[in-house]
Amino acid sequence: MTRLILRRLALLVPTLLGLSVLLFLWVRALPGGPATALLGERATPEAVARINQLYGFDRPLPQQYLTWLGQLLQGNFGVSTRTGRPVLDEFLARFPATIELSLLGLLVAVGLGIPLGYVAARRQGRLVDHAAVVASLLGVTIPVFFLAFLLKWLFAVQLGWFPSAGRQSSAMIATHPTGFYVLDGVLTREWDASWNALTHLVLPALALGTIPLAIIARITRASVIDVQHADYVRTARAKGLSGPHVRGRVILHNAMLPVSTTIGLQIGLLLSGAVLTETVFAFPGVGKFLADAVFDLDYAVLQGFILLIAVVYALVNLAVDVSYGLIDPRMRTR
Amino acid sequence: MTDAPQHPAGGTEPLLSIRDLEVTFRTEAGSATAVRGVSFDVRAGQTVAVVGESGSGKSTTAAAVIGLLAGNGSVTAGQILFEGEDLVALGPEAMHRLRGSRIGMVPQDPMSNLNPVRRVGAQVDETLEDNGVARGAAARARTVELLTEAGLPDAERRAQQYPHEFSGGMRQRALIAMGLAARPRLLIADEPTSALDVTVQRTILDGLTDLTDRLGVAVLLITHDLGLAAERADRVVVMYRGEVVEEGDARTILTAPRHEYTRRLLAAAPSLASRRIELARHGGHVDEPAPADVPPDGSPEHRGTAPASASPALAADASAPPLVEVEHVTKVFTIRGRGLLGRSSGFTAVDDVSFVVPRGRTLAVVGESGSGKSTVARMMLALLAPTSGTIRFDGTDVTQPDRSAEVAFRRRVQPIFQDPYASLDPLFTVYRTVEEPLRVHGIGDRAQRHARVRELLDQVALPAGLLRRYPAELSGGQRQRVAIARALALEPDLVVCDEAVSALDVIVQSQILHLLADLQERLGLTYLFISHDLAVVRQIADEVCVMQEGRIVERGTVDDVFDTPRTTYTRTLLDAIPGRDLDLGRPA
Amino acid sequence: MSAPEVYEVPQQGPVDAGAALAEDRRAGEALWRVALRRLVRNPAAILGALVVVAFVLVALLAPVIAPFGPGELPGRADVRPTFIPGPSADHPLGIDRYGADLFSQLVWGARASLLIGVLATLLGLAGGMLLGLVAGTFGGWVDSAAMRLVDLMLAVPSLLLAVSIAAVAGQSPSSVVLAIGVVQVPVFARLLRGSMLAQKGQDYVLAARSLGLSRRTVTMSHVLPNSVSPVIVQATLLLATAVIEAAALSFLGLGGGSPTTAEWGRMLVAAQNELEIAPRLALWPGICISVTALGFTLFGEALREALDPRSRRR
Repeated sequence: MTRLILRRLALLVPTLLGLSVLLFLWVRALPGGPATALLGERATPEAVARINQLYGFDRPLPQQYLTWLGQLLQGNFGVSTRTGRPVLDEFLARFPATIELSLLGLLVAVGLGIPLGYVAARRQGRLVDHAAVVASLLGVTIPVFFLAFLLKWLFAVQLGWFPSAGRQSSAMIATHPTGFYVLDGVLTREWDASWNALTHLVLPALALGTIPLAIIARITRASVIDVQHADYVRTARAKGLSGPHVRGRVILHNAMLPVSTTIGLQIGLLLSGAVLTETVFAFPGVGKFLADAVFDLDYAVLQGFILLIAVVYALVNLAVDVSYGLIDPRMRTR
Repeated sequence: MTDAPQHPAGGTEPLLSIRDLEVTFRTEAGSATAVRGVSFDVRAGQTVAVVGESGSGKSTTAAAVIGLLAGNGSVTAGQILFEGEDLVALGPEAMHRLRGSRIGMVPQDPMSNLNPVRRVGAQVDETLEDNGVARGAAARARTVELLTEAGLPDAERRAQQYPHEFSGGMRQRALIAMGLAARPRLLIADEPTSALDVTVQRTILDGLTDLTDRLGVAVLLITHDLGLAAERADRVVVMYRGEVVEEGDARTILTAPRHEYTRRLLAAAPSLASRRIELARHGGHVDEPAPADVPPDGSPEHRGTAPASASPALAADASAPPLVEVEHVTKVFTIRGRGLLGRSSGFTAVDDVSFVVPRGRTLAVVGESGSGKSTVARMMLALLAPTSGTIRFDGTDVTQPDRSAEVAFRRRVQPIFQDPYASLDPLFTVYRTVEEPLRVHGIGDRAQRHARVRELLDQVALPAGLLRRYPAELSGGQRQRVAIARALALEPDLVVCDEAVSALDVIVQSQILHLLADLQERLGLTYLFISHDLAVVRQIADEVCVMQEGRIVERGTVDDVFDTPRTTYTRTLLDAIPGRDLDLGRPA
Repeated sequence: MSAPEVYEVPQQGPVDAGAALAEDRRAGEALWRVALRRLVRNPAAILGALVVVAFVLVALLAPVIAPFGPGELPGRADVRPTFIPGPSADHPLGIDRYGADLFSQLVWGARASLLIGVLATLLGLAGGMLLGLVAGTFGGWVDSAAMRLVDLMLAVPSLLLAVSIAAVAGQSPSSVVLAIGVVQVPVFARLLRGSMLAQKGQDYVLAARSLGLSRRTVTMSHVLPNSVSPVIVQATLLLATAVIEAAALSFLGLGGGSPTTAEWGRMLVAAQNELEIAPRLALWPGICISVTALGFTLFGEALREALDPRSRRR
């Protein structure tokens, strides 16, 4: 198990290094060159020349890369042209919001997707199954930002059940020791602050979780149907195993193997979806900031955020792979 | 739990009595009756074997008895009386209570029948608990006893392992322990060992027989192997296309079959008592009863086999140099360590192997799985380069050929593989498959190639009507004939048969073997015949090499090796063949 | 139907294509014939095909169907800051903030989506197949290098990868095509490589090699034709994704063009500000994107089922 983790960590290094090379070259490929990334589109030629000299953009590329990499390793990801603050600070300030949102979205997806898929598979060909199949198809094909629109229009604008934007009402004065607003309220016993933050999370999390929900439901259904026909299920019945044991220990457990891989793959979808969902709900997370950076062509932020998100993504995938070993004993000995 | 042994056929009432059973499957194309009018009895403590080819309905009958037919199948007529109770009329709940505790099962494929995510011991524990035999610590203790009883060494430690840490034989022992855990009165063993090597098969079957005898458990043994049935069963039921064609005492059926189909089956079944299929070669020396080789359904199996036919290439001019000389060939596979830091290690699949194949004769290479025999075949086909050693074909080294030498070599050496489903391109018609080698080597114009393809099909006794068919539209035997036609298209000198008949039912297998023998005779072919099945080898080979763990442990003429084996391993292999000393189908 | 034609390309017999007999061209037909029969019997496939055909027709016939040209603003005079006129005889779906006819904009939007979706998927397919083919054919270090590249592209969540590519390439429809196409490359590459590796171990490929066929011939006439069906299925499914992602990129302001450009994603962004006074402005383009994506997905799933070798063998 430890060897598996170490091996995966070792594999992570070349991938991230490769990605850093690409992102380094990416900024060099920008229309105005790397100085644009620091100064923004409207920089004067004099300023560009000054920056080029200051940062050594006129030196050979490999040398520049190593310098830049050294800076990265010290936590220097550059400065946002829009806010003037360090990119890493901007990222860390917004990251808890996105974690909260993604976790809740994942909870929605897994919590509803697996039962839905399982029930559909057990009633294969019946009405419940058809309904689940149609619903999951719609879930996959509806664009996440359109769904966010619909939810916002119906539940925030028309019905007024949930707030339509932000993380917490501006009237709410609360302290934030961790940056996770729901958790903060619990820590400081400001229950209404927690509740307020939670109501702000409901709609974006629903929008974000719908596509992964649909995918997880579909995979669960297919996997359960597949496993039901496996030889070992028949043998379990033949040896007189009770119904609940056949369904739980044999069918469900084995059916979860492909599902857990799928859940891992949804993390990327959640991070992509966060950019769009946070934009629609004006939710101040990493995604919203990134979308704003796209609008303003804040390249330093784009470069830094993409690299940081890739690191997070890789670590989450690693965690998923490791937890896969908990479900499938065959993975442990390899 | 009645452990009192009962004597075979001793009871008055049969334990299991199947009466006019009919099983129907609903499919897209309508309903299909898989089993009809099947009746037979199993008495307490008795072993009854149901024998048949694939599609005979033998496994469906077994599934009906234990109430585990596939979802679209159901018993549409007849009764299954178990201890006087009709199982067909039983509800799902009652049927569920009966499984495991009164009727147990040992399934076919040990690889796919254990729950891969649960420890083996836990899988026995839960069998005990759910059948109300024992729970908790008592169940765990009993599990170790049961696993030991089923012949699993070091059961206490093994119980803590997962199925993927077990070999095939160990898994089958665990499945036997589970099948017998709640001491059922009847055990259904559905091809319990056909996925295993012969030597493993033998020890597992010995263990199973001992155990069921001791416990007085009746066994319903489902098998395709007549020899195995003859050896293990008191009574034999022969099924063909969903019906019972013959039933009776095992010895009687096998020595004096009454039904035509049983006779065909027996004639086709390879056994060590069979001899090399002899055709015209040694005129007058034909010891194989010729009529038995002709399929009764009248298919033109041996057209052109008339002894009078002038053989073009006559065999084995002893003075001619051998066609193939393999010298000190070794193949080491590198097992790449995983990840960046994983270290590579070597695995020697073939270890210093040498042999020669004389022209116009058949050399067989036999061995169990992992013996390296298939690697030898791949190297002979130059699909795999040996790590060291030389392979000379007709005097030239083929291990390092240039492109033109390679093309020339490939024209003269052709393969026939095991799985007739996998060896034909599913997107190519029969015509295109057989024509491809001609086209690639630029032989003839369109019309000539067309004529040649028809001629080849004729040689392998396939009707020209199949030309436009796709592999999916052919039977297994037909596919193998197409594969043979393709191999013959370039008029090769050497044909490498890698388990060429192992995936076929016995009757088809016998037909293909005779076809191969006939073609060898007529075209002067040389065969390198790779097989795990010694009985098949006995029928087709002139000389034989026995391989074990990458090495050749014994070699010689077929008669010498089979009649007076010199090494223990060869003897073990020979002893393990079910029904080895039964002279099947011939009056004793 | 054109299903059998899909095999035309690999069918060009590399040895002597000219001399191929009539039977040759029929190779693969059994598989596609069976698939076609299954598709016709599957209501989901019919529905999906209808949607796809309708979408393609609308896109192609946009000049005939749309009452107004793209970017034309016939209702500009009727728009007030707090009021946007709804459906009327002249404008069946009403007009938008700038006075453009919503129905016409949707029709022209179909053309933009089809163009971007198809071009992007073709780009992804071409790049991915090339990469997968090279990796699957040569193996060894070529394969390792190709797969590391794929890993690298998959290391960033897909939308972010598309965003970064579109940001470098500048704001225009062609950079959207490039971005979405590149994002699809690793998907196709992995799929084709995996599929080819599975085929390469099959006995019929060994038999073909034993016939003395060159590696190129073995790959092109045996391995590749038997490996492409999952790729074709995936292409159908990714067309749906491409339409959605194209909208997402314009939603993020990377599509280029003016606010009145007839493009579904852009129409959705513009509608964001009018959510309270005219939600239909968001509803219609959203429905168009969803239905189109649904059509391609339904058809792709049905195709996958119809080509499934597990059900085909029986």
